[in-house]
Formats: sequence, structure tokens, C-alpha cells
Amino acid sequence: MIEVGLNHFLIVSTFLFSLGIYGIITRKNAIMVLMGVELILNSANINFIAFARYGNFGLQGDLIALFVIVLAAAEAAIALAIVLNIYKTLATVNIDEVDSLKD
Amino acid sequence: MTETGIINISLAILFLPLLGFIVTLLLGKKIKSIYLFEVFILTVTLFAAIFVAFIKLSYYVDDRIIAEIQWFKLSETISIKLGFLIDNMTVIMLFVVALISALVHYFSIAYMKDDPRYNRYFAYLGIFTFSMNGIVLTNNILMMYIFWELVGLSSYLLIGFWFEKKSASDAGKKAFIVNRVGDIGMFAGILILFLTYNTFSFESIFHSIAAGKLPFNSDFWLTMTGILLFMGAIGKSAQFPLHVWLPDAMEGPTPVSALIHAATMVAAGVYLTIRIFGLLTADAMMFIAIIGMLSAFIPATIALTQNDIKKVLAYSTVSQLGYMVMALGIGAYKFTFFHLVAHAFFKACLFLGSGSVIYAMHHEQDIRNMGGLRKKLPLTYATFLIATLAISGIPLTSGFHSKDGILASSFAFGSLTGNWIFAIVGFLVALMTAFYMFRLVIITFHGQPRDQHKYEHAKESPFVMVMPLIVLAGLSIFIFYTPNPLNADEGWFISKWLPAPVLSAPNNTRFDFMQETAGAVTHNPSHGTITYSESYTEAMHGAHNPAMILALVLALSGMLLAYIFYQWKKINVDKLTQAIKPLYTFSLNKWYFDELYDKTFVAGTIGFSKLIGWFDAKIVDGIINGAGNLTRLLSVFTGAFDRIVIDGIVNFAAYLSGFIGLIFRRIQTGKVQTYLILVIFSIIILLFLFND
Amino acid sequence: MYDIIFYLFAAVTLVSAFFVVTNRNVVYSAFFLLFTFFGIAGIYVLLGADFVAVVQVIVYVGGILILLLFGVMLTNKITNVEIKTGTINILPAAIGVGIFAGVLLAALINSDWKTLPAGKPLPTTALLGSMLIQDYLLVFELLGIILLIALIGAASIARREKV
Repeated sequence: MIEVGLNHFLIVSTFLFSLGIYGIITRKNAIMVLMGVELILNSANINFIAFARYGNFGLQGDLIALFVIVLAAAEAAIALAIVLNIYKTLATVNIDEVDSLKD
Repeated sequence: MTETGIINISLAILFLPLLGFIVTLLLGKKIKSIYLFEVFILTVTLFAAIFVAFIKLSYYVDDRIIAEIQWFKLSETISIKLGFLIDNMTVIMLFVVALISALVHYFSIAYMKDDPRYNRYFAYLGIFTFSMNGIVLTNNILMMYIFWELVGLSSYLLIGFWFEKKSASDAGKKAFIVNRVGDIGMFAGILILFLTYNTFSFESIFHSIAAGKLPFNSDFWLTMTGILLFMGAIGKSAQFPLHVWLPDAMEGPTPVSALIHAATMVAAGVYLTIRIFGLLTADAMMFIAIIGMLSAFIPATIALTQNDIKKVLAYSTVSQLGYMVMALGIGAYKFTFFHLVAHAFFKACLFLGSGSVIYAMHHEQDIRNMGGLRKKLPLTYATFLIATLAISGIPLTSGFHSKDGILASSFAFGSLTGNWIFAIVGFLVALMTAFYMFRLVIITFHGQPRDQHKYEHAKESPFVMVMPLIVLAGLSIFIFYTPNPLNADEGWFISKWLPAPVLSAPNNTRFDFMQETAGAVTHNPSHGTITYSESYTEAMHGAHNPAMILALVLALSGMLLAYIFYQWKKINVDKLTQAIKPLYTFSLNKWYFDELYDKTFVAGTIGFSKLIGWFDAKIVDGIINGAGNLTRLLSVFTGAFDRIVIDGIVNFAAYLSGFIGLIFRRIQTGKVQTYLILVIFSIIILLFLFND
Repeated sequence: MYDIIFYLFAAVTLVSAFFVVTNRNVVYSAFFLLFTFFGIAGIYVLLGADFVAVVQVIVYVGGILILLLFGVMLTNKITNVEIKTGTINILPAAIGVGIFAGVLLAALINSDWKTLPAGKPLPTTALLGSMLIQDYLLVFELLGIILLIALIGAASIARREKV
């Protein structure tokens, strides 16, 4: 077993990213889709910090990760508000049923 | 005082009147007394002109000062320049223009007093003075043309100043349009010069001609260029056949007539011809002389019978201008300019004097209602008389010298070339001039008053009106031009101030007596003065005394005739006119020129317009309607084509799109996640595609 | 020791993430997401980013996850214990994501990353604080404004319309 290095973290983030996409694509529930998005964001964060640590970028990666977390919080708040609104008007949160734009 | 100083003062002389114009025009409605500013400006200009003339004639008498700046550049070799040429003629003309303009300003203060557009009148005078100074100062023909048109504009404004009168506004239009006829020729001439020499400067053009470069490489076109340029002078100086505008221009205020239509603007044409003298060939000069002769003779005969005081003076002006032009045509270069200056003074004096009379008679212009004014207007009478003596060529006046020089030249010209016609007409005109001028004086000032009522109310004009008369009458005395009362040739004006002309036309195109002799020393071809041949000098010398005596005899006999007819009434004029009735009416009706032009040019133009109108209505409209019908026919075809072919293609395209859409709409599920799968696959495909 | 802890956290993260996206019960998924976030926080610690790890726990676990749970609750009947959710596109998604992950892995393993030996991790909080109010002040302020806008926007979108 080789020593843990940059590649290990990147592999973890890749899997996390793929799982996030899989979640987004397969789940009907809008909130589940949001969870997939959170996974993707986290995988990106892992990449930032890992590169910062092994690429000797100081704390800039940490800083970007913090910004991403803040944006994720804002995004989650807005997205949930939209989901609630959709639920109020269409009485469902399954996004495969929300295709009124098609018509 | 350096040359730069002279140039700077000349610039000031040029632009001060413009400043006066702008200020007076802009503030004219606000400030009632702003005209005083314009008068003040002109006074300053006058002093500057006197100063510059004094400096130039005292210290730089042999110099030609040229200042140029580049205006814009057309190419590497062609650049358009603005510039001044200050030689003795320039400063003398500057002085003449500034003096007469200033005097007219003073005169107008009283003459125009009750006019509602008082300030605007002074503003117009300002822009006129500006433009005239521009003509005088310029060293290139382009600027000359620009100021030329500006002068035309201000003349138009001033003639039509009382535009409420239909005749005044008509006269303004007539002057403007008739002038344009001449300007077309001048413009064509300028274009020929520019095409050939790529420059507008007189100096460079003469230099190139002297170096042998001719328009289209032919003497003929050099002649044509001279004649075309001279056409501008025909218009501006009211020469035959475009003289008809000047008598009508008397509709303007009388001081304007004195300034523009007697002394300065009409002199611009002669001034132009003097400036282009260098490129005139013998043929062009012959043309000019003939035009000048006709212009001298015809108006003189008309002036014999006119009854309007200003009309007489107007025709006399045309006649005298014709005299100058004729003199130039026969090579009397110096005397032309001499007569120009002398005439400017005494004719301005005559016009202002007539203005004074008209003012005293409450705007009465018909001399048949005047008479006996001598006692009421002593100063006006005295000055008017002096000017009349001058124009008649009586000794001790400036007119005597200038006229005598011209007559002697025509005499010499006749003896050298055999063309005596100019001399004959010259003497005849001198006789008639003396006659009609004294007729005017006698009917106006002598005898018994014919209109008792107006006579009672007449009184001498105020000082601001009389003072200009005195100054101008004073300048008609010989002493300002030469110390010798009988011969001006040795005087400073002719011998010192005026250089001999520079002629650059090829030798073989000149008159015989003006050719450069083989041995003559010409230090610089472009600056070499023409050498009148010795025979000319001899002829002039020989002609001088006979011409002088003959001219004097004729002038005196004209005077005597006038006295016999109108003062002593030895011969009954009415009977005489009855005896030569056809001639009399012919002259009274001004040779029917106006009627002729009405019948030919005006009626021709109207007829032509009607023809064009008919052409428009019938043929052009017919073509257009035909085109319309054709278009409609065509559009029926294209409509069918549209419906069948174009619509078919369009419908087919629509159907095809619909068909394709039917296939592809299956992909468009409207579901985000389906799209996302497609995105993933697309990214994978792209990754493989660009994986190297 | 370091390696063992890393593999432990990686395993926790990936396994719980797998359950997040595959479990049919939404509430379960949310709880598995909790473990995922903890695992990621652990990985952050291993990378020497102590402050980010703490923020991860506080914001994600304490904030976003609770928010998501509220979302689940508000969009389903509260008495319904079995809050199930359907799945679609399982097969194409699995194939696509599998290939995609493979490609990504191949790419990053074949890449020759220039790495420096990671030094001893230091406390980052004080440094991050000074960076935030010095070099990154503008971004910091902008984020504050974005949060405010998001707050107002979320409230206005989710607000009950007056009928």
C-alpha cells in the first residue's frame, strides 16, 4: 500500500463527484437532487484544499473552499425556497413531472 | 517698423471691420447706440490704413511683401494657401477703401438717422469693408474669389436694404444674379489656372507662365483664361453687357451707392484685371479694350438724358469704369490705377453730394424738381463742383491727369497699331462726360427753383455730412498726386509709387510695343517688368501734348454746351430733343437694354422653364407612368412566380422542418435529468475526441 | 497511522455517499448525507485545513442539512413515515457516470502532478482571518451581500402568496 498523497484525495473527490451526478440524474425528488449538488460541491472543495496543500499555495485553497461553502449555503436556501414554491403551486416535488416549460 | 509689423497692421485692417460687423449685428437690437462702435472701429481702421500706407510708401516703396500660411493640403505637391500681397497698390487701395468707408460711415450717421434698422445698416457696412479689404490684400485668386462673393453678398444686402420697396429688393436680386453671370466665367478661369498650375497664388502662376507653361499648352487657352477671369470683372465693374444692374442698384441708400457702387466694389473688377494683367495676351487685352470702349460709350450717351440725379451718376460711373477697362486693354497700366483712385474720390464725393441734396430736398431725386440750390447748399455745391471739374478733366484736378494719361495712351496706341477707334471714343466720351456732368450741376444748383415748397425747406446738411464732402473734394486736387499741375508723369504717384507692370505672357502673344527686346536686361523672368518699346515711349511723348490740348478743348466745349443749353438757354432744349426725337428716346430709355434682356434672357428663361415644365409634365411623367405600368405588369408575373415557386420552396422547407422536428421531439422530453445524461455522454465523447 | 485514518474517513465518506444516492427513503438519505459530511470534515483535517473542517461541520451539518430535512418535511405529509422517492434513468445514468468516472480517474492517475512534500500543518484560523479582511476584503464583502440577497430572495420566493 503506497503512502497517501495527492492522488488519493483526488480519487476520493472523483468518486464523490460521480456519485453526486448519479444522484442528480436518477432521483425524482427535488431535494434529493439538491443533496447530489451538495456532494459535487464538497468534492470540489476537497480538490481545492488538496491542491493547495500539495501545490504549496498556502491558504488560498482553504479560502476558496470557505467561499464555496458560503455560496452553497446561499444556494441551498434559494433552492429550497424554489422547491417549496413549486410544491405549493404544483403539489409535487418530483422534477420529472415539472415539465410545463415543454408545452 | 518691420515687414512683420506691416503685415500685422494689415491683418488688423482686414479684421477690425469684421469685428465691428459681428458686434454691431449681435448687439444691434439691444443697444441703440452700438453703431458708434462700428464708426469707431472704422476710424481706427482708417488710421491704421493711413499709417501702413505711409510706412510702406516711405520706407518700403520698392518691396513686395508676401505673407502666406498653409490652409490645407491636398497632396504632397498641392497645398492651398492663404496669403497677403502688400505692394504699393495694395496700401493705396487700402487707404482708399478705409477712407471712403469711414467717410460714408460718418455721412450715414446723419443720413440714415431715422431708419428703423439703423444698427443693421452699419453692420452691413462693416462686412462690406471687411470683404473689400480682403480683395485688396489677397495674394491668391482663390481668396480673391471668396472675398469677391462676400462683396457681392454685402452689396446685395445693402442694395436691398429698404426691402419693403419692391423695386429695392428687385434691384438687389438683379445685382446679385447679374454678378453671378460674370462670376461663372471667373470661376471657370480659376479652375483652369488651378488645373494647370496647382496653385492659386498670382506670383507662382506668373512665374510658371514666364517659364513657358501654358494652360493646355496653347496660347489660345491663355487668352481664354484671361477673358474668363475678366468676365468676373465685367460683372462686378458693371461693364457692357452686364452693366444693367448698376443703375438699378441706386435703389439702395445713397451713401451705399457712394461706397459700393461708385468708389470701391465696382473698382474691384478693375483691380482684379490689374492683378491678372501679367497673364493677359494681346488678344485678351483687345477683348478687354473693346468691352471697355463699349462700356464707356453707351452709358455716356444714356447719361445725357437721364433726369434722376443718382441715375446720371450711375451711368457716369459705368462710363468711367469702362474708361479704365479700356485703358487697361490698351496697356495704360499705371494710368488705369491712377484713374481708379482719382475716380474713387471724386465719384464718392459726387454721390455723397447728391446724397446731401436728396437729404435737403426730403428724398427728392428728380433734378427737374430742383434748381437754384447753390444758395441753399453752398458747401455741397462747392464740393460737387470741384468733383465735377475733376470728372470732366479740367486742369488742376486729379481727373485731368488720369484722363489725360489714358487719352494720351489711346493716342499712342492708335499711332502704333493703327486702331484709332479707342482714341476717338475716348475723346468723344470725354466731351459727353463734361456735358452731362455740367448739365447735372446747372439744372440742380443753378437757375431758379422749380419746386418752391421744397426749396424753402432745404437747408445745408449737418457737419458730419459736409465734412466727408470736403475731404473727398480736397483729394480731387492734383497736389496729392503730382507737384506739376500739367504733367503727372513725373509725379510721385506715377513714377515712384506705381511700378511698371509685370507681364509673363509669352513674347509672341503680346502687343508689339510690349515685347521684351532681345537686349533688354530682365534680371528675373517673373519679376522682369515689361519693357515698352522705345517707339511706345516716343509715341507717348508725342501724344501727350496733343492729347492734353484736345481733351481740354473737348472738356471745355462740353462744359460750354451745357451752359448754352441749360444756363443761358440760347438753344431751346425741348425743340432740339423734338428734332432728334428717336435718338433722345433711345437714350432716355437706356438703349432699351432692360427691355432687351427682359425679352431675351428673362423671357427666354421663363420660356425655357415652361418648355422644361412641359417636358416634365408630358415626357418625364409619361416615362414615369409608363415605367409604373410596366412595373405593374412585371409585378403580376413576379406575383405568380412568388405564389408558385417561392411559396412552394418555403412550404417545402416548413414541411421538412416539421418532419425533422417530429423525429427530434422525442429527445426533447422537458425533463432536466434526461438532458443531464445527454450532457454527460456528450462530455465523455468530447473527452475521447480531444484525448491526445 | 495517517494512512489508516485517511482510508477510514474515505471509506465512511464514499459508502455513505453511495447510500445517499441509492436509498429510496429520503430521510435516510439525509442522514447518510450527515455521515458523508463528517467524513469530508475528517478529510479536511487530514489536509491540514482545521478551520474549514469546523466550518464544514457547522454550516453543512448544522445548517444546510437541517434545511434539507425541513424541505423534506415541508413537502411531504408529516405523518407519512415511509417517505419514498422514485428513481429514473438508472441504467443510462450508471453507464454514463461509470464511464465518466473511469475517464476522470484515468486522467488524473496518468497526470504527472508536480507536488511538494506537505509540511507540518499549522493552525490556519488566524491567518485566514487576516487574509479575509486584507487581500480578500472585497470578495468577503461581496459574499456578505450575496448572503443578504439570498436571504431576502429566499424569503420572498417562499412567502405565502396573498390570494
